[in-house]
Amino acid sequence: MSAAVIVAVACAGALLGIAAGYWLPPHGRRPARERLPGGRRILLPFTGQEISRRSFEAAVRLAKAEDAIIMPAFLAQVPMNLPLETPLPVQCARGMPLLEAIEQRASSQGVPVDSRVGRGRSARDALRKLLEQEHFDRIIVSADEDPRIGLSYDDLRWMLDRVPAEILILRPAPDDDRRISTEAVKGHF
Amino acid sequence: MAMAAGDQTQGRLKVFIGMAAGVGKTYRMLLEGHAEEEAGRDVVVGLLETHGRGETAQVAEGLPIIPRRRVRYRETVLEEMDLPAILSRAPELCLIDELAHTNTPGTEHRKRYEDIEAVLAAGIDVLSTLNVQHLESLNDHITELSGIRVRETIPDAILARADEVVLIDLTPEALLERLRAGKVYPSERIDAALNNFFKIENLSALREVALRQVAEEVGAKRLTTELVGSREESLAADAPHAVGERLLALVEPYPGAQRLVRRAWRSAQRLGAGLDLLWVRAPGKELTEDEQRSLAALRQLASVLGARMIEEESDDLTAAVVEVAGRRGTTYILIGRSRPARGLARLRVPLPQRLMQRLPGVDVRIVADRSQRSNGTSKEALP
Repeated sequence: MSAAVIVAVACAGALLGIAAGYWLPPHGRRPARERLPGGRRILLPFTGQEISRRSFEAAVRLAKAEDAIIMPAFLAQVPMNLPLETPLPVQCARGMPLLEAIEQRASSQGVPVDSRVGRGRSARDALRKLLEQEHFDRIIVSADEDPRIGLSYDDLRWMLDRVPAEILILRPAPDDDRRISTEAVKGHF
Repeated sequence: MAMAAGDQTQGRLKVFIGMAAGVGKTYRMLLEGHAEEEAGRDVVVGLLETHGRGETAQVAEGLPIIPRRRVRYRETVLEEMDLPAILSRAPELCLIDELAHTNTPGTEHRKRYEDIEAVLAAGIDVLSTLNVQHLESLNDHITELSGIRVRETIPDAILARADEVVLIDLTPEALLERLRAGKVYPSERIDAALNNFFKIENLSALREVALRQVAEEVGAKRLTTELVGSREESLAADAPHAVGERLLALVEPYPGAQRLVRRAWRSAQRLGAGLDLLWVRAPGKELTEDEQRSLAALRQLASVLGARMIEEESDDLTAAVVEVAGRRGTTYILIGRSRPARGLARLRVPLPQRLMQRLPGVDVRIVADRSQRSNGTSKEALP
């Protein structure tokens, strides 16, 4: 094969590659940092405007050790007099900033995050629906949420009995009042 | 009100809107009816709901009222507005109460606003009344605020078509005073009303919604007049024009899109605007398992936030966005960080610029990833 043919084939290949780069629609592969590892999934459910920093740190440590994804989930509760599919802007105004804060903090520590929102008649119902839709390998629950508004002790017992995942219930020491709250959001969110 | 001037074939619509029953919408409508009659116009009352209020019945005196017709439905005889009689009588101005009313099956139209459209089409001007919670786009929001869902709703486009919208405002305290004095409901219904809908927090929230709605409607009308010009064209405008700003966030099924949606939603909340999410899917593209999960999560997030998720199939992202933005009345587009371009694509005009070129007058905002922001500039709330 002559050198001219080789050069011609190489040029044609290069042109084809450049043209493909131009013409391919912008739906291609995402950069590696935006793709999630295919490994374990750690659910971090919450109902209020803050979570204990200890729970969060536990989730981050585990995620780093296991190359896992943290999946913070805001559990929204639909009042009985409203349809289940009702939008909940008032609750979301409380829950979304915390979801954002957790995501920002975890991402800045190099842990991939994939958030969720669950909706149900109660926190347990929202969690159950979420668990029906997706598989999670581990669930980290903070046991210091106000059980009157969040997951009650009955709910925790229900999780231990029924949920097919490793469950880590953390109750910080009484003097450990470190929290991650909506105030931790960076920027104007 | 110079309603007779202008368009000869189409009547003009004026809507009196309020935060709740009892603020005086019907009363004010009747006063305007009298004023028009005194000005020499042929005015009739097509439909009046006094709800037993003496003040309202009193102010209606002197205006000719077209009797209601009886409609039989499931062994029950109900009274409805007599649309054929109004059209046959052909007044210059017709007063039709309760724009959001649902008609009894067997009449010409399912909803009263459709009756009103027929009256307007006959060249008759119309005055009508509406409570703000009956607007479709606000129904969910108000339901969550008040805990009470109003079943009778009208598309926002109906209000957008009104030539004039007048807010009948009353402080919540004054309305409660009227209620307790028996000026809104008969005495046997007062306690129930006070214990349910007529709470000061409900009324305050509704008042805020009503004030904002009318302010935005005025702004949208001004914009529509400036941008579109003729009334026929503005009539074709869809609902979004009634609520001013409308945001469109471009999403893809990957986890980072949720951040964009949350940011867009917060902006929409601040602007009191509606939010649409748009995913433009490449034709024939198969989703991976991760993408399917992300898409389901996006749909769930949209539903909880009250945003509308729109999915379009197209190879041309810009064209699809332009089409949807036009259809939805978008005033603001939010996009995430672009992926690095490859090959000759580096020479192509970036998406934000393409959108700005194709959508003049629409703001385009690139949403940053806050987690990438340096810690030195951020505020912390951790101990």
